Amino acid sequence: MTEEHIIIIVSALGGIIGGMGLGGGTLLIPLLTLCSGLEQHLAQAINLIAFVPMSAVALVIHKNNGYVDFKKSVPIATLALLGAVAGSFLTSYAGGYILKVSFGAFLTALGVYQMTKSIVTAVKDKKRKAEQVARS
Amino acid sequence: MLCVPLLQFAGLDVKRAHATALLVILPICIVSAAIYISNGYFEWTAVLCACIGVVFGGAAGAALLDKMTSTAVAVIFAALMIAIGIKLMVA
Repeated sequence: MTEEHIIIIVSALGGIIGGMGLGGGTLLIPLLTLCSGLEQHLAQAINLIAFVPMSAVALVIHKNNGYVDFKKSVPIATLALLGAVAGSFLTSYAGGYILKVSFGAFLTALGVYQMTKSIVTAVKDKKRKAEQVARS
Repeated sequence: MLCVPLLQFAGLDVKRAHATALLVILPICIVSAAIYISNGYFEWTAVLCACIGVVFGGAAGAALLDKMTSTAVAVIFAALMIAIGIKLMVA
């Protein structure tokens, strides 16, 4: 197995996660650096570049399945792009460590909240369906 | 990681939020990629191999999103958020 094969395989794994909108880069970048020995910034660049064809293919499939909301995407995309530009100017001011830890805390809190909400909603739905079946 | 909850807050259900997030992130990625390339971070073989891989993976992932339940997607994503959040705090 050559280095090229390894890159293709780890990219496929990252692509699966990315295609589902779960954040493929978070998996792809460490895989590229660890398994393919690519330099960190090159791995980051490859992740960004490869996102374009990946998302193009995935979006076509998602659109055919009716999952893409073009209307809602415009304001959020604009906000996100403005935020990214602002962020690139602000990074020189924010201490790297504080930024990393506070973002980590925020993500963890958000993740716990989302997980709790999803499980509670799923349990409630199951109960409601069971009651409906019992009544009919 | 943040676009998906933002889209849900804007009213989209779980699967639509994840799918639409790809569209939302695309402009940022294009701009960022251009900056990285202009700084010299580019290698033809690696880029081509990665693009081939992610296209097949992305297609499979998109098909998979359709087949999974919303709860499964939401729980997996939340678990990822927690794992990465903790790693950022302790690493």
